[in-house]
Amino acid sequence: MKMIKYLKSLTLKELFKGMTVTGKYFFKRKFTIRYPEEKTPKSDRFRGLHALRRYENGEERCIACKLCEAVCPALAISIDSEMREDGSRRTTKYEIDLFKCIYCGFCEESCPVDSIVLTDIHEFHFESEGKNVLNKKQLLEIGDMREKEVAQCRENDAEYR
Amino acid sequence: MIIDQIWMIVWTLIKIVAIVLPLIIVVAYLTYAERRVIGFMQGRMGPNRVGLFGFKLWGLAQPFADTVKLLLKEIIFPANANKFLFLMAPVITLATAFAAWAVVPFSDGLVLADINAGLVYILAMTSLGVYGVIIAGWASNSKYALLGALRSAAQIVSYEIAMGFALVGVLIAAGSLNLSEIVQAQQGGFLNWFMLPLLPLFVIYFVSGVAETNRAPFDVAEGESEIVAGFHVEYSGAAFALFFLGEYANMIMISSLTAIMFLGGWYSPFGPESWIASINGLSWLAQPSILWFFMKTGFFLLLYLWFRATFPRYRYDQIMRLGWKIFIPITIAWIMVIAVVKVYKPEWIGA
Repeated sequence: MKMIKYLKSLTLKELFKGMTVTGKYFFKRKFTIRYPEEKTPKSDRFRGLHALRRYENGEERCIACKLCEAVCPALAISIDSEMREDGSRRTTKYEIDLFKCIYCGFCEESCPVDSIVLTDIHEFHFESEGKNVLNKKQLLEIGDMREKEVAQCRENDAEYR
Repeated sequence: MIIDQIWMIVWTLIKIVAIVLPLIIVVAYLTYAERRVIGFMQGRMGPNRVGLFGFKLWGLAQPFADTVKLLLKEIIFPANANKFLFLMAPVITLATAFAAWAVVPFSDGLVLADINAGLVYILAMTSLGVYGVIIAGWASNSKYALLGALRSAAQIVSYEIAMGFALVGVLIAAGSLNLSEIVQAQQGGFLNWFMLPLLPLFVIYFVSGVAETNRAPFDVAEGESEIVAGFHVEYSGAAFALFFLGEYANMIMISSLTAIMFLGGWYSPFGPESWIASINGLSWLAQPSILWFFMKTGFFLLLYLWFRATFPRYRYDQIMRLGWKIFIPITIAWIMVIAVVKVYKPEWIGA
C-alpha cells in the first residue's frame, strides 16, 4: 500500500488532476459582468431613489396625509401642509433625507394614492453638504422623468400584491 | 587600438541594452499575463480596462499604468532602518537577476558572453541574489521582514542544492558547462532533448526553480496571510518596483534555463530530417530559431502562473522535507544512472 502511495505522489498524479481543473476553467465562460456597459437585470420591486408621482392630468398625487412620515422607521421624511385656494390639502414641504433613508419601501406601501414611490435608480451621488436632502420639487422632477418606467414596474408587479 | 577598445565597450553596452530593455518589457507584460491568466482560471476577467487613446485593448496598457504608479510613489524609510543597506538590497536583487542574463544563449551565437563556465556563473549569480533578500529583511528593522527573509533564505539555500544536482545531470549528459554547447548537444528533434533521459531531473529542476524564486506554491516567504509580504513589507515605490522586477526577471531566467537545459533551447521539436521538413510551406518549422526558444520559455512561464492558480501554499516543514528528503536523494540517484549510461551507452543520451 505504501509503495502505491509513493508511486502516486512520484508521478504527480494529483497535481496534474488539479491543473486540469484550473486548465478547464481557463476556457470556461467568465462570470464577470462589465458593470457600466453590462448590467444585471433589476427586479420590478427594486427600491432605489425616491420620486413623487402625478396623475395624468398633471395634478400631483400627494394629499399630505403624512402616513409615510409616520411609518418611516428612519424618520427620513418631513412634511408640511396647507390648504390650497381650491380647498384641497396639499404639501408645502416634502423632504427626504437620503442619508437617513434605509430604502425599506414602507413609505410606498403606506401611500394611499401611490404618490411616493421608490424608482429603480441606484446610481446617484451628492457633491456637497445638504444635497442629500431631496425637496418636493426634485422629487416631482424625478417622478416626471421616470413616470413611464415606474408605472410599468407597478403594473408588472400588480398581480402579486 | 584605443578606438577599437572604446568601440568594443560601446558595442557591449548596446548589446546589454538590447537584452535588458526587452526583458523589462517582458517582465511588465508577465505581470499582466499573470493577473489575466489567474483571473481566467478563477472564472474572472482580470484587468481589461486600461487602454490607449480611448481603446481598451483588453487592458494591455495596464502594466505601464502600474509602473508609473509605482515610480511616482514615495519610498518610505521605516524608523531606525539602516538606510544604506535598505536601499542597497533591491539593487543587489535586481543586479544579480539581470547579470545572469549575460550568458543565456537566445539562439545560435546570439549570446552576450559565451563563457565556458556559463552554468557556474548562473549558479553564482542566482545564489548572490539571496543577499538582496537577507539584507532587505534585516535592514527594514521589522519583524515580518526579518521572518520573511529567514524563511526565504533557508528555502533558496535548500533548493539550490537540488537544483545544482539536477544541473550536474545535465553536465554529465552534455559534457560541457557552456550553455551554447549544452543546447548544441541536444541537436536534432524532440527525441534528442535531455528532457527524456533526464525526466526526473527536469521535473525537479523546474520545481526547485519555482521554489527558488519564492513563487506559489512555495511562497511561504511572502505568505500574505501570515507575514504580510515577507522580506519586502517595508518597501514602497521605486524600491519595491526593483524587487518586483528582480523576482519576475528571475522567473523568466529559470524558465529560459529550463528550456535551454532540457528542451533544447532554440532547436525545433521536429528534427531537420523529420516529415515536416519535407512539406514545402512548413519546412521553416523544422529550422532552429529564436522563436522556438521564446515559445519554450513562454510555456514554462505559463506553468508558473498555472501553478499559482492551482496549488495551495506548502507548509514550511513540508517545503523543507520536499527539498531535503525527496529531491536531493532522487537527483543523486539519477546522477548515478546518468553517469552509468554515459559510460556504457552514450548513444542513449543525445548525440
